[in-house]
Amino acid sequence: MSVLEKTPPREKVPAAVREPRITDEHGRRVRVWELALRYVLLLAVLALTIGPFLWQLSTSLKGPTEDIYSSPPTFLPGDPTLHNYERVADTIPVWDYALNSLKVATANVVTNCVGAALAGYALARLRYRGRRVATLAFILAMLVPVEGIIIAQFTTMRELGLNNTLIGVVLPGCIGAMNVLLMRNAFLNLPYEIEEAAFVDGANVWQRFLRIALPSVKGTLAVVAIFAFMGAWDDFLWPLIVLSDPSRFTLTIGLNYLHGTFANDERLVAAGTIIAVAPLIALFACLQRYFFRGVGEGAVKG
Amino acid sequence: MALSGISRVRRQLPTSPWLFAAPGLLVTGAFVLYPFLSTLVNAFTDRRTLIPGQFVGLANFRELLQDDMFWTGLRNSTLYVLGVVPPLVVLPLLLALLVQKNIPGITFFRSAFYTPVVASIVVVGLIWVWLLDDRGLVNSLLETVGADRVGFLSDQWLLLLSAMAVTVWKGLGYYMIIYLAALGNVPRELHEAAAVDGAGAVRRFMTVTVPAVRSTMVLVGALSSVAAFKVFSEVYLLAGPSGGPAGEDTTLVMLVQRTGTGLTGRVGYASAIAVVVFVVTVVLMLLVLRADRKEES
Repeated sequence: MSVLEKTPPREKVPAAVREPRITDEHGRRVRVWELALRYVLLLAVLALTIGPFLWQLSTSLKGPTEDIYSSPPTFLPGDPTLHNYERVADTIPVWDYALNSLKVATANVVTNCVGAALAGYALARLRYRGRRVATLAFILAMLVPVEGIIIAQFTTMRELGLNNTLIGVVLPGCIGAMNVLLMRNAFLNLPYEIEEAAFVDGANVWQRFLRIALPSVKGTLAVVAIFAFMGAWDDFLWPLIVLSDPSRFTLTIGLNYLHGTFANDERLVAAGTIIAVAPLIALFACLQRYFFRGVGEGAVKG
Repeated sequence: MALSGISRVRRQLPTSPWLFAAPGLLVTGAFVLYPFLSTLVNAFTDRRTLIPGQFVGLANFRELLQDDMFWTGLRNSTLYVLGVVPPLVVLPLLLALLVQKNIPGITFFRSAFYTPVVASIVVVGLIWVWLLDDRGLVNSLLETVGADRVGFLSDQWLLLLSAMAVTVWKGLGYYMIIYLAALGNVPRELHEAAAVDGAGAVRRFMTVTVPAVRSTMVLVGALSSVAAFKVFSEVYLLAGPSGGPAGEDTTLVMLVQRTGTGLTGRVGYASAIAVVVFVVTVVLMLLVLRADRKEES
């Protein structure tokens, strides 16, 4: 759509990816025994990283008559049932909690994308007195550890009368300083000439931002969106502090509550955790390319 | 010259740069920078949740020195750094080497290894509580091979070790990706030259790979040590809100959360603990950076 997208992508696809034969990162053929050893190690690590999730899934599918404590353990449920998922919903309003989490995460995505794009554009592209101070404010904010200021955030929220509300859950992280700086870097990398041309054609600053600059940084915007969603969906400490009324809980706090109240039925807790993690794993599976780009960018650009 | 057009816009719409930056600045100011400053101020008051509080000088800090729970928290948070950082610097590098080659199915393995990073810490915590339970999978496997059951979640030290293992397990994939990006930048000529010289895989790893990714190792060390010192969720979920047997597994951030919240929360005292957390994390960062510079010279 935009002029910029026609420029070649910065990341080159390594030649080895396209070749049908099995090669290493330098394009050399890999020996069979080495390949076998690699797969053995890969499968071992796979068992360690994915195994716990599968065990949880298996536990959640085991019926009330099945022994979940047997030794040796039985990995496959003898008579798989969704009964536990119904029971979780009877015990805690798990779907309401999921809806609360979804609201919080969606709001976080919208505010972060809009707020960080606007502020990032102002820092990268506009000239005005105080720009350096504004940049410095975001850099300082990025360095402040959330864990240390959480009590003061809570008292601030109380003063605003927003504690124990979902708005209170969203507000402190709704425009992350890190995201502003990521967007700033993305805008800095765009050539000025294109905006110049639009300016000559009479486009004002909002038009240039919306029509020209923003479409050219869609990749970074996607990264911000994904991490905003994940961060809000997974957050634990802040909602734990700001929410006290069980009817307003998000899924993570609800799960902790479920665990505290009904610790003696592991099947229920297992079903609850699967409800919490399944959508996220599905989202991740679809968008994993952007995830890895995001982590890489964050690490390289600091 | 490229800027001339932009600077003319300022005359045209003098307020719009601030309109662009305003939402971000407002949120950052109100919910990050202001709370940071008020934490610094509160640390010198006896403020409570419902009582404004008064300036008390260094009283909070003097009380900290006499507070056994504070020393327990400081000890556990420090142990956490020592226990978690070395494996998090080394293991993800080995993992990155393992998934670096473009062999069939490698994208699947990379994604699968990253899954624990994506899952929320509560899910991860509850999964591991179930795995490490007295009657859980790990113990039932131990029993199957004829070993005794181990009380991972009831012994003070085993509990802390288990929480560390969970942190390492959850962090592996994240740092693996960071290393993977760094490994992509290692010049292949170096490896080839070393191979021509007859260096084996281990030798090449020590003389080529490690020096090439050293700055990434420092970055991972810094990130993981600061995160480890501020640990909350893993220990909270494995040990419970009170911090394990007799609170012996409490960490500093758990102490901040416990003393500062609720209707009777001692905001001033909790802020003083938070200030200690700030200071230690800044010192940790400086130490890591300094070690980096020393090795370079």
